[in-house]
Amino acid sequence: MAWTREQMAARAAKELRDGFYVNLGIGIPTLVSNYIPAGMNVQLQSENGMMGMGPFPYEGEEDPDLINAGKQTITELPTTSYFSSADSFAMIRGGHIDLSILGAMQVAENGDLANWMIPGKMVKGMGGAMDLVAGVKKVVVVMDHIAKAKDGTVEKKLLHACNLPLTGARVVDLVITDLGVFAIDKHGAGGMTLIELAEGVSLDEIREKTEAGFAVAPGVAG
Amino acid sequence: MNKVYSDARSALAGVLKDGMTIMSGGFGLCGIPESLILAIRDSGVTGLTIISNNAGVDGIGLGVLLETKQIKKMISSYVGENKLFAQQFLSGELELEFNPQGTLAERIRAGGAGIPAFFTKTGVGTLIAEGKEVRAFNGEDYVMETGLVADVALVHAWKGDTEGNLVYRKTARNFNPMMATAGKVTVAQVENLVQPGEIDPDHIITPGIFVQRIVHVPDAAKHIEQRTTRKRNA
Repeated sequence: MAWTREQMAARAAKELRDGFYVNLGIGIPTLVSNYIPAGMNVQLQSENGMMGMGPFPYEGEEDPDLINAGKQTITELPTTSYFSSADSFAMIRGGHIDLSILGAMQVAENGDLANWMIPGKMVKGMGGAMDLVAGVKKVVVVMDHIAKAKDGTVEKKLLHACNLPLTGARVVDLVITDLGVFAIDKHGAGGMTLIELAEGVSLDEIREKTEAGFAVAPGVAG
Repeated sequence: MNKVYSDARSALAGVLKDGMTIMSGGFGLCGIPESLILAIRDSGVTGLTIISNNAGVDGIGLGVLLETKQIKKMISSYVGENKLFAQQFLSGELELEFNPQGTLAERIRAGGAGIPAFFTKTGVGTLIAEGKEVRAFNGEDYVMETGLVADVALVHAWKGDTEGNLVYRKTARNFNPMMATAGKVTVAQVENLVQPGEIDPDHIITPGIFVQRIVHVPDAAKHIEQRTTRKRNA
């Protein structure tokens, strides 16, 4: 059985460490906040200008002046601070954020990431994604292992090289899919290594659904 | 010198012209200078280049200037919430320059601080770096980005005094403080207008030197794009 969205988020939460400042993207990455271990101090950054993001407000307590980068209403915490977009990206670009967890369309075996545009389709913009992957200390991608279109066609997402325009070159450290977890040596020549399989997923299935070349870490059984 | 104007229309009188560049603060619909945007619509000025992180939504914020086709070009990081935008862009009526959000913020900060260009690692190896100078510092590649200034900057603040000293509220701060520094003329709409001395000088975010005109908008409309809530435990 492949991992569910919740299980992928729970696996991503294992990358959190006490004292981390973390930026979570939209979609499955947002769910990671539900799996912060009790007693662990993790501050969530929202790139529109907030550190220390709290949960969604109770109905009737929404504040239009208090939103996250997905434009959702949120709340503040005793640890919260507010700042400008320039200060926010000083945190991001300046390497002060420990971990960024975000979604992807494609990831290449060298750590290249594509998640912002499909040529020929309306492009919404990259928002803060290019800054996050360029500046944050560790970049974790959480995504489905393959893309299934409505007409049933399947496209691989873990590739030798991305064929969509890049969000960043050699930026991804770890990829968590519904089938397993891959580490990427983005600065060296070590390439991509399968380090975990989801329960019940075989090495053969992963090989069949992955175009990128990868090594298999010792102890990962097929 | 009096910086306070009685309404948004008079606050913009004499500074608007066709083809000009305008910065407009806000993130999504949070902290946008909505009254000033409506006054721009009413002025009829056209051929505008607008620098703003987003383009509003249909019928709200900068969306109203798309409806009236007053915008020629947008410089933004994300425009996904606006259907009319997509329509005008795909038909070739509207030019668009995407900037990574942090690069956009820093270009405005740099422009306001008199810095013509800077190097950033954001976008190296992507479409964003094409045609731009790339230089290595300490063994790592960085792309050169230029500072941005505007003929007029429009900002929204929670509180301002008659000298133009401004305080923002929560995440409605976003791009407003940098834009305030980068306009040849900066016009601030403030929810609360107070006398000098009523804001603790230690709490001022934008010093009044950056603000030329102020208008009091006590009933500023505020909009929520994605209302998300949680249930109370019974």
